[in-house]
Formats: sequence, C-alpha cells, structure tokens
Amino acid sequence: MTTGIVSAAYISAAVLFILSLGGLSGQESAKRAVWYGMTGMALAIVATVFGPGIGNWFIIALMIAGGAVLGWSIASRVHMTEMPQLIAALHSFVGLAAVFIGFNAHLEAARVSGLDEARRAALDGFAGILAHKVPVELAIMKVEVFLGVFIGGVTFTGSVIAFGKLAGKIDGKAMKLPGGHFLNAGAAILSLILLLAYVNGAGIWTLILMTAFAFFIGYHLIMGIGGADMPVVVSMLNSYSGWAAAAIGFTLGNDLLIVTGALVGSSGAILSYIMCKAMNRSFVSVILGGFGSTTGPQMEIVGEQIAIDADGVAAALNDADSVIIVPGYGMAVAQAQQSVSELTRKLRAAGKNVRFAIHPVAGRLPGHMNVLLAEAKVPYDIVLEMDEINEDFHETDVVIVIGSNDIVNPAAQEDPYSPIAGMPVLEVWKAKQVFVSKRGQGTGYSGIENPLFFKENTRMFYGDARKSVGELLLKLA
Amino acid sequence: MKMRVGSPKEVMEGEARVAMTPDSAQQIQKLGYECLIEKGAGRPAGFSDEAYERAGVAVVDRGELYANVDIVVKVRPPETSEMGSLRRGQTLISFFYPAQNSGLLEEARARACNVIAMDMVPRISRAQKMDALSSMANIAGYRAVIEAGNNFGRFFTGQVTAAGKVPPAKVLVIGAGVAGLAAIGTATSLGAITYAFDVRPEVAEQIESMGAQFVFLDFKEQQQDGAATGGYAAPSSPEFREKQLEKFRELAPEIDIVITTALIPGRDAPKLWLADMVAMMKPGSVIVDLAAERGGNCDLTVTDQKVVSDNGVTVIGYTDFPSRMAAQSSTLYSTNIRHMITDLTPGKDGKLVHNMEDDVIRGATVAYGGAITYPPPAPKVQAIAAQKPKEKARELTLEHKRAQETAAFKVQTRSHGALLAVGTALLLLAGAFTPPSFMNHFVVFMLACFIGFQVIWNVSHALHTPLMAVTNAISGIVILGALLQIGSGNWLVVTLAALSVLVATINIVGGFLVTRRMLAMFQKS
Repeated sequence: MTTGIVSAAYISAAVLFILSLGGLSGQESAKRAVWYGMTGMALAIVATVFGPGIGNWFIIALMIAGGAVLGWSIASRVHMTEMPQLIAALHSFVGLAAVFIGFNAHLEAARVSGLDEARRAALDGFAGILAHKVPVELAIMKVEVFLGVFIGGVTFTGSVIAFGKLAGKIDGKAMKLPGGHFLNAGAAILSLILLLAYVNGAGIWTLILMTAFAFFIGYHLIMGIGGADMPVVVSMLNSYSGWAAAAIGFTLGNDLLIVTGALVGSSGAILSYIMCKAMNRSFVSVILGGFGSTTGPQMEIVGEQIAIDADGVAAALNDADSVIIVPGYGMAVAQAQQSVSELTRKLRAAGKNVRFAIHPVAGRLPGHMNVLLAEAKVPYDIVLEMDEINEDFHETDVVIVIGSNDIVNPAAQEDPYSPIAGMPVLEVWKAKQVFVSKRGQGTGYSGIENPLFFKENTRMFYGDARKSVGELLLKLA
Repeated sequence: MKMRVGSPKEVMEGEARVAMTPDSAQQIQKLGYECLIEKGAGRPAGFSDEAYERAGVAVVDRGELYANVDIVVKVRPPETSEMGSLRRGQTLISFFYPAQNSGLLEEARARACNVIAMDMVPRISRAQKMDALSSMANIAGYRAVIEAGNNFGRFFTGQVTAAGKVPPAKVLVIGAGVAGLAAIGTATSLGAITYAFDVRPEVAEQIESMGAQFVFLDFKEQQQDGAATGGYAAPSSPEFREKQLEKFRELAPEIDIVITTALIPGRDAPKLWLADMVAMMKPGSVIVDLAAERGGNCDLTVTDQKVVSDNGVTVIGYTDFPSRMAAQSSTLYSTNIRHMITDLTPGKDGKLVHNMEDDVIRGATVAYGGAITYPPPAPKVQAIAAQKPKEKARELTLEHKRAQETAAFKVQTRSHGALLAVGTALLLLAGAFTPPSFMNHFVVFMLACFIGFQVIWNVSHALHTPLMAVTNAISGIVILGALLQIGSGNWLVVTLAALSVLVATINIVGGFLVTRRMLAMFQKS
C-alpha cells in the first residue's frame, strides 16, 4: 500500500470515529455507532500494518492475536457492576502504551542519529521520518515525547489506583502523604526542569527520572480523592488517556492518532465537567480532594429515624399510584438491580406509574445506573434524568431510595453551611412517602448527616438492598 | 426485684377505654416489668381477662393492684377516690389536664407521688410516638364522620343509578389539626366533596394532600404562623374573624355536613358556626362539634348530647368519640403509654429512671417527689422550624429583561472576543517559532478538539458509560504508534512496541465488545 492509500484510510477512520461518538446521542443509533467505531479501527490497523515501513510481521500477528483473546475474554466475563473498574483498567493500558511508545521514540531517535548519511537515506517507516527531521523539529519532538510519556505515566498509575479503589482492593477513603499537594507540585516542577535538561541534550536518564515522577503524581493524586468523587476521576483519566494518545500522535507525526486522541480527550473533559456541575464543585476542588472547608455550623437535625418492615413498604406500594425509584451505588454493591427490575415489572403490571430518577453522579461512573438498569431489563424510557423528573416528586405517592445518600440530601438546599450546599439534588422529600433502603444508620461516603432520614414522611427500610427488595416482592399483592 | 406496672378499670361512667392491652403488656414485659390488670378492666374495649392471662398479665382486684404496683397507667385523669389509693413514690401515667385540675395536682403533691400527664407530652418529633392527644384526636376525627353519616340521611358519594342520580355530600371541616385531617381523610374516602378551613396558612398543603379543598380566605393582614405557638392555633383578630364568618355564611347553604374541631390551647372554643348559619343549612344536615367539651364551636351545641334544630339540622356534641371506638383507641393509647415507659426505662431492665433532664419526660411530668413541676420550662428543641418568609421574585418588565439580555450578550461577546484574541496571539507565537510540519499537525489537533466538543455535548446522559467504553476502545489507536515502531532494528524498541501492541489490542477488543454488550441491553418498554 502506498502512503496515499494509508492516508485515505486514516481519513475514513477519523470520520468513522467521529460518527461513532456522534451516534451515542440516542439508544438506537448507538447500536449502529459501535460498528462505525469497529470498522474505523479495523481500517486504521490494516492500513498501517500493510503500509510502508512495517516489519516483524510475526510479532505483530502474535501480539494482536494475544491481545484480542485477552480483550475478548475480559469483555465477555465482566459483570455490569464492575464496569467502573474495567474502564479504569483499560485507561491504564493506554497510559502504559503511551509511556512505552514515548521511550521507543527516544531510543529510535538515538539510533538514527548514530547512523551515517547513506544508511539514513535508506531507512523507511518511523525511522525514516526521524531521519529527515531538521534540528528544530527534533527539539520539538523531544518536547512531544516528554509530554507523551508524562501524561501516559500519570494516566497509568492513576488508573491503576482508581481501579484498585473501585474494585475495593484499596481503601476508598481519601489518603495523602504528609506534604499533600506540595509533593505533587514539587514533582511536577522537577519534571519541568528535567524537560529543559532533556531538550538541551541530557541523556535518557532525564526521561526515566521524569517517568518515575509522573508515576508518583498519578498515584498520589488519585489516592487523595475519595470514593464519592470517583465519577470525576474516571472521566478525568479518560481525558488524560486521550491527551496521551494525541501527544504520541505529534511525536510520530500521525494525524489519525492526533484526531482520535483529541476526540477522546475532549470527551473525557466534558464528562468531568458534567460530573463536577452535578456535584456543584469545581474541577480543582475535586482534584485537590476532600470537601472545601465549611463556613459555619451545620444545621442541627431534629427528629429520629423511624424504621419500617417489608409489610409496611408493601402496603404503601399497593396503595400508591405513582412510584419513583432512586437507585445509587448501594444498589450496585448489593447487586439488587435484578430484584429492583422484578419489582418494577410487578408494579407496572398492577397499573402503577413506575419511574426511575437518576442523578448524574449516582454510582461510580457517569451513567453507571443506566447500564445496570438496562442489564436488568428495565426499559430505558422510564429511566429519567434529574432535570426531567425533579418537578414530579411532589405529586408522587411513594419514592424508594435504594442505596443513595448524598444525591437525595435536602441539606444541599436547606442548609447553607452544609458541605454540599448548592449541589443539585433529587427532591425526593417532596413526595408523600419516602422509603430509604439502607444497610445501617451510617452516613454516606461523604460522611454528611442526611436530614432526609429524619423527615416525618421518611421511613427507613434497613437491610441489604437485595434481600429487602426480595422480601418486598413476596409481599406485594 | 422487678417493678410492676398495673392498669385499673376506669371508674368514670361510660369510659370504655383501657390503658393496657394484652399486646402492649407483652411489650412492657419485654422491658423487664411485671404487668397487672384489674379484673374486667379490658372488657368494655373487647379484651377479656383470659386474653390478658394468656399474655402473662396477672388479673387482680383493685385493692391488690394499687397495693402492689409501682407504676399505675390509666386513661382518664384520676378521680378523688383513685387519688386516695396512690402512695408515696408511686408513678401515675394518664391524662391529667393539670391546668384545669389544680386540686388533683395539689393532692398528688401532698401524697408525694409522681405524675406523668400524657396530655403534656411536648410536641416534638421525637415524642410523636407518645403523643396520645394526637392518637385520640385521630380517632375522634374518624368517628366524627361516621357519627355524622349515621345521622345523615343520604350517601356521601355521588352515584348515578337506575333509580336516579344521587348528588355527593358536601363536607366542611373547620380546623385542620390532627382530628380535622383525620376527618378530611375519612370524608374524602367515603366519597364526599370535602372543604376544609384553618387559620394557619401553612396547613393548606396538608389539607390538599388529604384530598380536600382549602377554603381560601383573601385577607391582607399577615396570617398567623403556627410555628410560634408550637403548632397550635392562636386567637385571631376581630377583622379576621369577621371575614372568616362571612366566608362560612357564604358556604352554609350548600354544605351538608359540618365538622368543627377548632380549639385554642387554654381557652374556650371559639364560636365559629353561629345560629344564623345553622338556620341557613338544609334540613337533614348534620353538624358534629368536636370542641363540645370546651363549649363547642357551634352556638347550638349541647355538651354530650344530640340536638335537632328548628329547621331539622342535627347538632352532635358528644365528647366521648374515642371511647366509642374503645378497641381502637385502647390499642393506640396503650402503645403511646408503652413508648413512654420505654423512654422511662433506658436500661430495659425493669427499672424506672425518671430522668428530669430529658425534654420529653420533664415536659410531661407535672408532679415529682412531693413538688409540683407544672408548668414545665420551655423545651430546648423548637417544635417546628419557623416558616421562612417567602420572597416573591420581582416581575421584570419586558424592557428591563431585554436590557439585561443585551447586557449579558455584550459581556459574553467581550469575553469570547478576549479569549479568541489571546488564543490567536498564542497560536501566532507558536507559529513563528515552530516548523511548518508541527503547525500542520497542530491545525488537525485543534479542529479535532472542536469536533469532539460539539459531538460529545449531544451524547445522552444515559449513555455516558458506553461513551467511556467506546472512547476507551478508540484510544487504543495508540497501537498505530507501536506498529510503526515495531519494525525497528533495536531489540529493546521491538520489545516495548510489542508490549504496547498487546495492551492496546486488549483495549480495542475489550472496549468495543463491552460497549456492544451494554448497548444491546438498552431496551424500550
């Protein structure tokens, strides 16, 4: 294949990727969109492999086959509740690949510069591109390599930590080394100094040292972010993995990599922005971890939590005409989505209006709840966003809150001193009755008391969500 | 030794309630107490002595009961004879009405017995489970509607039958306290068209939630805020009262059933349904006056009697509605008592701890250890949060709005302009110092970022997880970089590139497959 054909294939691939992302605007078109993405990817890889300047076919075939088998087995085995971990793990792969490729670029450049004129002219492929670079271009490439490796490094360790936290292998609480963000800032400044040294001709040791710093920043940054902020972290890492790919694209002078990296990078950035908006927090405050300091004493909560058993909830559900279910991370943890779906089916069969209200940051991943409910075969047209359903709570008979806490906390609106003051929340307390399915009396991830639990129209339905809902199913008429 | 809790038979004529049921006795025993009951005490409420015995309660006669128990639980305030049976250190839990019964209070002090008045339980959320006034009022409200129906010659609900059309009954409930709300609920569930009135505007929402229509009074003066008086109504100004009566006169001819529940703490019941209103009503209409004990809200009310006016309107002034449903009211009242005992027994060990630091216990205790402790100090916790004054958003004039919009637009344009200028300047700077090959790629990069922003904003919220999985898969495009390098002559480069190909392939295949799996699950109903 000639360079012309390869470029043409890259253009089609880029267009297909854009169509693929654009197709996600609706559930039906999304099913087509994945195929666009796959076709684009296949086109790009085939064109590259059979393009000019590629060697070691056997290794390529072996590695692609191995990766495909691994990827296939992971994708078909993963549970929908484990999606956040999986996505974090995949991010780390992109980061790692970016680090490797960056190092390769450096090694290759060193090799090429050691060759004499005649042999240089004979080089093709990546080495050929390197051979024809003028000194200014080489300097710029060094910056690009450096940036690519840095972003890749942060993405790699950050994603590994995020994976550990989401999979429960690392404690989800925010944890920082003494020195906090000064450590991160120091490492970043040192990396910048190393960049200057590297561009001015220092050897590979600067690159290696900087990689170590980048790994540390990724690790320390994500360790310092608590569980409830995970949706932001995951989308942020998504963004980083895109920027890493784009930086690699610059290094290699490959436009398709640049385009794709920019698409992924901006996608992750927008997702992070949406998540931050949904929590009424600035991006910086999420990254710096922990909640901002409060400006005054929090409102005292009057009243007590009143418990109720399955019979009581079932009786209320039998009498209700309209029911809204508010799922949260607790539902995912208890694997209760199947039971919840069954409950929905039963209630709908009895002619009741059942809907789901999804807060943008419910769960540990943007859109996490939607996927879980879809897996349990809850029809997507009754699963509504916060803005679509918040007006309807006051005319709803029963709201069932399953495993969510902060996203239904009235303190966000009522108490100006609450740490979550101003965060948009689902106004469940406006319904006639609220049942909260919760494991025990503890506070949520953020550790904020929830006045909802003390309201007069709230009843606490203690117990494991799956068991509670299962019990409820038996008692419904 | 275990302490004993005992309930004597009510001595007052016609009182059918009892303060301990077999069920509540079992719960009290779980707290470590022994339970006693006077022979036949539960019979009027439908609880036989055998039922008590089965629940492990000792059935004894009056003298033995008073001699042996540490805690006496009762419904009605004690009569002088009962007061005489109490001894030093004994605790009495019952309705007491200390404000009206100063003689009894003095007696309790003289005998050095402790008295907890169930009618004095403070109105805070924590104490709701022992709020016997509310549970009794609930029953009274329900019974008032039933009693009205008993004396009303028609259906509540409207029907169209083969034998002709029946109009629905119209019910007006005055005073939407607990009894009023219960009456509203009962009347609406029987099918009547229900109206309700209250001087506290904040209960409008509660009234509507029970299915009644709030009778709205157009009155300029600041209506009263129930929060200032612990949730109860306070007397209203003469002007307000006039306006209110005018409204009632307007309604009177159409209303079939009136249920009045208006009470102001510590005062006679206000007269709200005057003789001329009764005269305006249709014959066969019914008035149930739940305030009869305090003189009644209606001019014609005779306490404890049913009278019929000249124009055939029945006025019911019974005061014993809860006692008329003794089984239900005993169950609820005994539960209130049981909760009170639970609070008095923090250790669940059958030892009564009269903790005068506790807001609820302190508030309800009217005599303790030979001293009168009524009235209690103000509770530490406010019953109801003060209503925040609602600010109305100022209506903006059209011109004002347009001016604001133009101003906002200008600011936006200016900030956009500034951003673009800075961006362009930076780009020009970069262009001046970097070679054209870099700038070519940079153009592509910038355009791709913009396309990304435009496309991603349209992605629906529900598909954010698939979006992340897809972007994951396509960021596996770094495989291209590895593929380009794998043909190198350096073994280290080949190894690293090979590893990169491996992980990037995992990403691509895993990402796409998992997205497909997820999307296949989204189904329409």
